[in-house]
Amino acid sequence: MAACLPVSPDTHLRTRPVSRWVGLLPAAIAALGLAVLVLGTLACVAWWAGGFSALRVAEAHAVWFTIWQAALSAGLSCLLAIPVGRALARRRFYGRNLLISLLGAPFILPTIAAIMGLIALFGRGGWVNTMLTAAGLPSVSIYGAHGVILAHVFFNLPLATRMVLQGWQAIPAERIRLAQSLGFEAGDLQRHLEWPMLRAILPGAALAIFLVCLSSFAIALTLGGGPRATTVELAIYQAFRFDFDFGRAASLALVQVGLCLGALALASRVARSPAAFGAGHDRPALSPIGLSKWLWVQDALAITTATLFLLIPVALIVGRGIPALLHLPPDIWNACLVSLGLAVGSSLLTITLALPLAAASPRHRWAEIAAMLPLAASALVLGTGLFLMARPFMNPTQLALPVTLMVNTAMSLPFVVRLLLPDMRVLARDYDRLAASLGLSGLARLRYLTWPRLARPLGFGAGLSAAFSMGDLGVITLFSDGRTQTLPLALYQLMGSYRLDQAAGAATLLITLTFALFWLCDWIGHHAHSR
Amino acid sequence: MLILDNLLLQQDDFELRADLQVAADCHTALIGPSGAGKSTLLSALAGFLPPAYGRIIWDGRDITSMPPGDRPLSILFQDQNLFPHLSLAQNLGLGINPKLRLARADHGRIEQALVATGLDGLGARKPGALSGGQQSRAALARALLRARPLLLLDEPFSALGPALKTEMLDLTRRLCRDHRMTLLMVTHEPADARALCPQTCVIANGRVAAPAPTAALLDNPPPALKAYLGP
Repeated sequence: MAACLPVSPDTHLRTRPVSRWVGLLPAAIAALGLAVLVLGTLACVAWWAGGFSALRVAEAHAVWFTIWQAALSAGLSCLLAIPVGRALARRRFYGRNLLISLLGAPFILPTIAAIMGLIALFGRGGWVNTMLTAAGLPSVSIYGAHGVILAHVFFNLPLATRMVLQGWQAIPAERIRLAQSLGFEAGDLQRHLEWPMLRAILPGAALAIFLVCLSSFAIALTLGGGPRATTVELAIYQAFRFDFDFGRAASLALVQVGLCLGALALASRVARSPAAFGAGHDRPALSPIGLSKWLWVQDALAITTATLFLLIPVALIVGRGIPALLHLPPDIWNACLVSLGLAVGSSLLTITLALPLAAASPRHRWAEIAAMLPLAASALVLGTGLFLMARPFMNPTQLALPVTLMVNTAMSLPFVVRLLLPDMRVLARDYDRLAASLGLSGLARLRYLTWPRLARPLGFGAGLSAAFSMGDLGVITLFSDGRTQTLPLALYQLMGSYRLDQAAGAATLLITLTFALFWLCDWIGHHAHSR
Repeated sequence: MLILDNLLLQQDDFELRADLQVAADCHTALIGPSGAGKSTLLSALAGFLPPAYGRIIWDGRDITSMPPGDRPLSILFQDQNLFPHLSLAQNLGLGINPKLRLARADHGRIEQALVATGLDGLGARKPGALSGGQQSRAALARALLRARPLLLLDEPFSALGPALKTEMLDLTRRLCRDHRMTLLMVTHEPADARALCPQTCVIANGRVAAPAPTAALLDNPPPALKAYLGP
């Protein structure tokens, strides 16, 4: 055994941390690309904007409408989610789990197809008006501000309901047991448990919905319009397509960015609700024991109305569309292929960018910030910027598909990165050291560690971005010259020319393909690697 | 020989100094109260915590800023020593080649390592299908395949029962002897230090003491160690 002596302290070296920048290269490239895309387009828009003096009264109306319709849509969605969420939390019935999963469906349902369903239900010849007329009441129109808000509630009520339901499920069972053993009535339960829970959940939910409705385009395009129901996004489109006034479009784009940034700043001040998008683990926390008959009626009414409101529009479209599938015009099938290509491309690109960004995020804040950059812009803002950038060099309509691909990817990146982050943090915490001590890095790490551990959220994220892209009717409307078509655009044009049977057929096709793509990606994620 | 040359480790407001050398083939225990910095020292040796000051030298080579995977050592953590989604054979294969590019001969070596640790025939299993003792054995088997001169143990057997733990310590001693690995072991059990390590470093009061013969040290402990061991 050798003697172990202290070493004389003659060398005083400052050590440098081991540089691992090579591993960060993919994330840095992705972040740089996003920064160039988002900040570059914003700079271009700012350059073109002829100051805000170019904005007329109509544009001021659009700003005001955008804000109040978003606020009202968010408020209504949250308000209606309270009784539905409560009823789902305290009742057990056949098909309840299916209904809760269905609440996630509007998130990926193609907007334009759902709007067609809403028109079929609430439109001039729709069920609701038929019943109103039969009862001797005046009929209602779905076009205008209330139509826009109705559609927003259709898309966002399920989201708000899920968040309220998760709020209920996050209340510890012990707390509820205690309340029941103390003989709390329904009203006491509301005051002592439900109200504090809602106060924690609803602000976050309302802001999320507000942000989505702020950059609403497809809904405003189809149901809104005119001086009283034009959103800023729609105004950008109109300045662009009808007036060819690029300066005004650019000014409006800046206004839209301001709105988004304002809402984001507001959102960052509100504490994020604890389990915003978490999976619904289902402990039987609330029991229906001891509730009155009247409450049973109230719950049944809430659940039935919400379910019918969500299901009937889609059922109407699919019912009408299936027979029409055989009589679709041939260019629909072309549009189908284009849309499928865009969706697959956009989801692959999203995953390729999201993975390194999410992997770098736990240690490097810049990666997460870069991934969230697109939230500051909207699809039409990016589209406007890219159009203006491309115009000096070529006819921008030639770029319709690449631009759509880029914008769709950018718009789904923040969601997918957020989706990956929790699992990525767990992965880093549990296996970073082990992987480093074995020299597992680069592609080998991706193949043997990241991919198997993250296959599920990756599959889910790929499915989401594919579905977003498949159903998107946004930037393509700026760039299309009528020949380049995606399925949603073709559907919109069929609706515009009142070929409603064919439109229903195309909508059915669109819904089917969107859900099939989502399901396929999710399935691959679940089965790619046995854990 | 492992030399810690005027080493200063800092984590938030915690500081640990070490200035000593450990001879090769000289198993060494690191003992001291919890929170004294035993795991911090192993982290620095394994390359997870860059020292604020000083150098780490192995066999005349400065390894202070060498990436963890390239260092002349293998480390067994308290837990999470295996990837749960890979088979045992794949987990072991990572010890031969981190890209899992394995030749036919490598598969033979994996099988040998499994046999040497009493895991023969279990190569296709996932870690979740093994007992805690078997998982520890698999981690040791991977260390054999890495064939690095130093083996760092951060109380990896502390979750096992007493009988199983003794068995694992025996296995560790045998493997270190057969494969000429020098053991550096964090422990809070004086008996473990006595059983395996001829010399011991006491870590207390922000300082790693130079190694001293274990038996003499434990029979006649300095004040800091005495306070830890109790009467």
